[in-house]
Amino acid sequence: MSKEILTTQDLHLYYGDKEALKGINLNFDAKGITALIGPSGCGKSTYLRTLNRMNDLIPNVTITGTIKFKGQDLYAPSADTVQIRKEIGMVFQQPNPFPFSIYDNVIYGLRIAGEKDKEKLDAVVEKSLRQAAVWDEVKDHLHESALALSGGQQQRVCIARVLAVSPEIILLDEPTSALDPVSSSQIETTLLNLRHDYTVITVTHNLQQASRIADRTAFFMNGELVEVDQTKNIFMNPAEKQTEDYISGRFG
Amino acid sequence: MMNPKTQNKVAIGTLYGVAGLVVLILLALLGYILVSGLPQLSWHFLTAPAKAFLKGGGVGVQLYNSFYLLILAMLISFPIALGAAIYLYEYAKDNWVTTTIRTAIEILSSLPSVVVGLFGFLFFVVKLRLGFSILSGAFALTFFNLPLLTRSIEDSLRTIDTTQREGGLALGLSRWETVTRVILPAAVPSILTGVILSAGRVFGEAAALIYTAGQSAPALDFTDWNPFNISSPLNPMRPAETLAVHIWKINSEGIMPDAKAISSGSSAVLVLAILLFNFAARYLGKRLYKRLTSA
Repeated sequence: MSKEILTTQDLHLYYGDKEALKGINLNFDAKGITALIGPSGCGKSTYLRTLNRMNDLIPNVTITGTIKFKGQDLYAPSADTVQIRKEIGMVFQQPNPFPFSIYDNVIYGLRIAGEKDKEKLDAVVEKSLRQAAVWDEVKDHLHESALALSGGQQQRVCIARVLAVSPEIILLDEPTSALDPVSSSQIETTLLNLRHDYTVITVTHNLQQASRIADRTAFFMNGELVEVDQTKNIFMNPAEKQTEDYISGRFG
Repeated sequence: MMNPKTQNKVAIGTLYGVAGLVVLILLALLGYILVSGLPQLSWHFLTAPAKAFLKGGGVGVQLYNSFYLLILAMLISFPIALGAAIYLYEYAKDNWVTTTIRTAIEILSSLPSVVVGLFGFLFFVVKLRLGFSILSGAFALTFFNLPLLTRSIEDSLRTIDTTQREGGLALGLSRWETVTRVILPAAVPSILTGVILSAGRVFGEAAALIYTAGQSAPALDFTDWNPFNISSPLNPMRPAETLAVHIWKINSEGIMPDAKAISSGSSAVLVLAILLFNFAARYLGKRLYKRLTSA
């Protein structure tokens, strides 16, 4: 059996007439962290958002090609977006906790799914917040509003909220770009904790971040995937000239 | 030619002047109504029924009618407005259908209330044979209130950031779950404020009610709560003059000797009630928002 959990084949995406993704072929193995890098507007966020069908929310988007999650076509007419997003969770650029307590934020997905067992919910809250490396900071005020937390704590609560639904893949769209360096490094620690249990795919503008945390790095430019390889190869010994120019800061 | 600095000063001075004028007019108006009306107020005035020819009548029945009508109108219009606003903002695509609906709402909200009243008279009172009744009045007020309330709820939904919707959907919630379990709770304080403010407008409305809820206030028996009895306060089929209509009527055809005093007193009650609605809206909205959002 192949280890590949998510595969994309010849993926094109159009905003109206404008082609934003020009035939992406990219596969992901189960577990580990993959970083998507590239200059602004290169299509890396757009690509990320096709993986759990968040682009469905934008009018006028056309997608061709195939994305398969464990062999199932995500864009098949019978595909259930609600189920897909339970298995492929997403964390956004701006921390977006709901205006409820920390506790309620974390269990929201489960509670709406009908879970009522208080002990089980308590356990999930603790486990998720521990995995997101924010438990020690919030354990004494679980029932206070999540909006009272710092940006970095909010972002980790948002990660815990996704973990609580027990997805297999976690997509992160520039999760640290709105945060200060200290909070960013805490998020990085969190992600490193997760790489053994989850398939993590993160978009980042921060090359150092990619080199610190990612097992694999994919370089996007102008809607195309230029190169994907082990992170150290991309940074030390890239195959393509464009990658080398970008890594060394000659443009972008 | 003035230099930019003087120009700036003149502009700011003018703006202050204009703003001051608005506040002054408002204060003068409020002051006049309260100064001439407050002395008339007493427990007797607020609870006694009106008298047609004699001195010493009150506005008890009218005051009760105003509240009853307000509650009925809100019960009818709020669910419809909520549904319409959720559809328009959360579900509907931007196309000619929604544009048409929005334009219709705009037009409906700018209809003069006396036109709404006449329509209510022809349709509910005459055609549907509801007669001059609380129910006719409540329907007319619904027409008057619906567009305003829909717009205000839609605005409340608009203040909730898109990231919240994405957050809900990305957790594997359906669209409906996201709306009802994430967006609506977050929007409650602002929706509540909108509801109370529109309640203030409904409470003071006269023209839409003159031809629908009627201009007479039969005496009520406040010990009879069977809605099918004609003298029961709960009966929705009885004619019911409200406070605002009462003021209009006294001033146009009142023949009781203390008409002027009653009109002043009623105006003061009306203004106080509406002020109360406004302050309650601010207070509750702020409090709820605080409770929901901060530690």
